[in-house]
Amino acid sequence: MEQETLLSVKDLTIHYITDDGVMKAVNGISFDLKKGETLGLVGETGAGKTTTALGIMRLVPDPPGKIVSGEILWNGKNLLKVGKLGMRAIRGKEISMIFQDPMTSLNPVMTVGAQLSEVIRIHEKLSRADAAIRAGEMLELVGIPSERMDEYPHQFSGGMKQRVVIAMALACNPLMIIADEPTTALDVTIQAQVLDLMRSLREKFGTATLMITHDLGVVAEICDRVAIIYAGQIVEQGTLEEIYENTKHPYTKGLFASLPDMSSKAHRLHPIKGLMPDPANLPSGCPFHPRCDHARPECARRTPVRTEVTPSHFVNCLLYE
Amino acid sequence: METLLRVEHLKKYFKTPRGMLHAVDDVSFTIGQGKTLGVVGESGCGKSTLGRVIIKLLDATDGRVYFEGKDITDAKGDMRLRRDMQIIFQDPFSSFNPRMSISETIAEPLKIHHLCRSRDALNRRVTQLMDTVGLARRFANSYPHELDGGRRQRIGIARALALEPKFIVCDEPVSALDVSIQAQILNLMQDLQAEKGFTYLFITHDLSVVKHISDEIMVMYLGVMVEKSRSDDLFDQPLHPYTKALLSAIPEPRINKTRRREVLQGEITSPVNPQPGCRFAARCKYAKEICTRQNPELQEVCPGHMAACHFVREINGLQE
Repeated sequence: MEQETLLSVKDLTIHYITDDGVMKAVNGISFDLKKGETLGLVGETGAGKTTTALGIMRLVPDPPGKIVSGEILWNGKNLLKVGKLGMRAIRGKEISMIFQDPMTSLNPVMTVGAQLSEVIRIHEKLSRADAAIRAGEMLELVGIPSERMDEYPHQFSGGMKQRVVIAMALACNPLMIIADEPTTALDVTIQAQVLDLMRSLREKFGTATLMITHDLGVVAEICDRVAIIYAGQIVEQGTLEEIYENTKHPYTKGLFASLPDMSSKAHRLHPIKGLMPDPANLPSGCPFHPRCDHARPECARRTPVRTEVTPSHFVNCLLYE
Repeated sequence: METLLRVEHLKKYFKTPRGMLHAVDDVSFTIGQGKTLGVVGESGCGKSTLGRVIIKLLDATDGRVYFEGKDITDAKGDMRLRRDMQIIFQDPFSSFNPRMSISETIAEPLKIHHLCRSRDALNRRVTQLMDTVGLARRFANSYPHELDGGRRQRIGIARALALEPKFIVCDEPVSALDVSIQAQILNLMQDLQAEKGFTYLFITHDLSVVKHISDEIMVMYLGVMVEKSRSDDLFDQPLHPYTKALLSAIPEPRINKTRRREVLQGEITSPVNPQPGCRFAARCKYAKEICTRQNPELQEVCPGHMAACHFVREINGLQE
């Protein structure tokens, strides 16, 4: 079943221009997201995952951040050409975002009901009373009794707060949600509850999701397709099966090998040698070559281009060109 | 195998405006020389408090701690003890003095304990420690903020190693690190243990990490030990309903469509003035009337495998 493309990011490049130099956070990222699909954007700290998300939402702090080039096609229109007011109408209504830390993404001096109603009233012409009713329904939807509408964020536990944030993100029935590490701050049993909730809501509303995470376990639970990001570039992307069972890129392989395996009794892990490169001083050629066991002299000279493995599986590595 | 550490009925309560918070409630165990005991549990289960009480960063409310057969519960200002017991903290960002360079940080314990006679000897020892944990010598005069998380955690390890301790409490040492760096640090800690015979109390919320590094694992829930066994046994046959739920909640990095996940309902209850009965009863699908009335005793269900649950044999289909 061929679904229509909702979001198409093309060659997006975002730099932070600071006194210490230019931080090349995102360097020519391209991916598509279809209607109702969940794409996992996976990478380690500093890989540019969050900057990519902020770029799509046009929330990159400027200065120092600057979207240098690229296109973000949303329903056929380029978000980079949309004005400030136009973006406000899209944010929260068509695309909404769930942030990592529910403690800091809620307003501590507003009741959760008021915060939910606020989102609804900004985007839809509803009376205060009607918005409050909708807010109550949204809370019930994420498993919080609507009687708790008049409580403040500090009266909720971490898992509950993240449910409130999810309710807010879904309040205007958006076409796409960007979830930036939505379960990282939660305990595993609570994480399982939140992932369950996200999965059932996705089935109910058919919302497309861009899931940003460093956790390959979470990705396997919830994503249809996966893009692996390293030093601001997508090094491999494909369906969940292709990435997990036919891993191609040495970095992706390294990520899997670094994880302690729950089912085997291996006594040593196989970490990736070295450290993440400094975004102000990226290596030449393939950004991964200083840490790669398969690196050849050519890797330092030429940036690998996107190579097709199957029609849905791409890898950027000279080994496969 | 010799027992290095023995903990008996250890309790740590904190006074709060709402009542007594039972952070650690009657925990007993032993750790053998050169072994690793993993402590797992979710936020607020008392695992960090346990580590801190054992090495006497906090005073115990009740119970005893024996180190090498000697009762150390009430030891005061024992410099020898500080040399033998060290801790590696979770957050490599906040556990260093930002105004001390890397070499000063590592040298500090050596100076306090007067272990190096001359400045030369001190420098040699610091360099040697940096080599041991894989920190390049060029960082000796850097400050903590100049380094990334993985390198900072290596400083934490070097500082803990400086006094050649026998026992190290590792309080979530890899939780703040990316997976590729986490693997480097775990390998380092295992190599050091093999080489120097350290004994670890390894505190973490990450079950895959704890399985990888531990000989024995104990699971805590709201200050109480609910299960303890050899590492492999715990994963092959978890006995306590909480352990089962915890294991089933881990998202595994592989595609497995057949796996049935048991999602635990509800959230952790308050550790302030806990009611009698099993702490897990409110979230347990097997809970019966007795569970809210009477504390379950820790019992040895299989050889070396303990669990605290009234119905542990029934729910696992085991004979009395």
